[in-house]
Amino acid sequence: MNINATLFGQAIAFALFVWFCMKFVWPPLIAAIEDRQKKISDGLTQAERAGKDLELAQAKAVEKLKEAKTQAAEIIEQANKRRAQIVDEAKAEAESERAKIVAQGEAEVEGERSRAREELRQQVSTLAIAGAEKIIKRSIDKEANSDIIDQLVAEL
Amino acid sequence: MASTPTEYIQHHLTNAQMCTVNGDIAWNYACADAGFWTWHVDSLLFSVGLGALFLGLFYMVGKKATTGVPGKFQCLIEMVIELVDGSVKGSFHGRSSTAVAPLALTLFVWIILMNTMDLIPVDFVPTAASLILGVPYLKIVPTTDLNITLGLSLSVFVMIVFYSIKIKGLSGFVKELTMQPFNHWTMIPFNFVLEFVTLIAKPISLALRLFGNMYSGELIFILIALTPWWAQSALYVPWAIFHILVILLQAFIFMMLSVVYLSMAHEDH
Repeated sequence: MNINATLFGQAIAFALFVWFCMKFVWPPLIAAIEDRQKKISDGLTQAERAGKDLELAQAKAVEKLKEAKTQAAEIIEQANKRRAQIVDEAKAEAESERAKIVAQGEAEVEGERSRAREELRQQVSTLAIAGAEKIIKRSIDKEANSDIIDQLVAEL
Repeated sequence: MASTPTEYIQHHLTNAQMCTVNGDIAWNYACADAGFWTWHVDSLLFSVGLGALFLGLFYMVGKKATTGVPGKFQCLIEMVIELVDGSVKGSFHGRSSTAVAPLALTLFVWIILMNTMDLIPVDFVPTAASLILGVPYLKIVPTTDLNITLGLSLSVFVMIVFYSIKIKGLSGFVKELTMQPFNHWTMIPFNFVLEFVTLIAKPISLALRLFGNMYSGELIFILIALTPWWAQSALYVPWAIFHILVILLQAFIFMMLSVVYLSMAHEDH
């Protein structure tokens, strides 16, 4: 076991290897590792942020849902009110219509009655006259008593 | 193959050597007198091969690295990178130096791979090599060769000195060596001896710790290989499982201490 020139051979090889390692081996590998570390840490931050976003969105959704519910309730209430109103209006209208129809019918009946009465009066007067005429024909002139007849008719 | 246990062990602990004798390339026995300029070709071959395997795999994954969902292999590589990155960020307090983390990664993975060669049964590769290629000696675990561990630790040492001078200036570095712990000019020689030993002890301890652990582990594997066949698996399995711990731990210790030493070199006093 003697010291000899092998030592120099090994030293030269070592120097070359270290140089090669420094130039071509170490930089890409350490760069890959550090890049990946950065990527992972970025990813973790992003995931955390996404989680927070999700939480926020969920809270927002719940709030929106609540809002929608109250709105729906409001709308239903309004609709109910409106329905009651429409029904009331319709009732009132129907009432007035009925009153109108009833009034019209009454008026018509009244008119019909008065016309019938008129006609009846006319016919009675005519009948009375005819009767009177017949009576008077037998006794007196029709013309001289017509005013008395008219007066009788008016009194009917 | 070796006949006696002594020869068997010695055979397994001998590197394939290459040197030049009279201008010609010579091998193994012929290199007994070559002195310093001998090369352990097996250690270098396996060490560089495993280093290239490490860089090749990591380069491939780095090239296709996705920042999205990674594949299983990319996950494995990234786990190693993050371990090293975390360790460096935890122990390196100097002004940011782009070289430290890649250096730590290279040391960690490369040493793991070199140590892992220890888990291949000790006779497989040398026997195959001698039968097929006619190579008489082959050690496949580079970190059981003191030259390999010393080559690594001395490189780290050079970086320690380089950063010390770069950050503190030459005067600052010299002052650190001579004016501590006793800040008086008469104490300079004493300080220097103290600090110099501290400085030199860093690469030496790094290299010897790794080498010693792996060498002893390898030696025990060789001893286990000498036992009868029915005892081998009973001994090999527990030791190999325990050795996995040593493999990882020693690689981690080497990396961490290198990072700490470099961090100390960056500190101003």
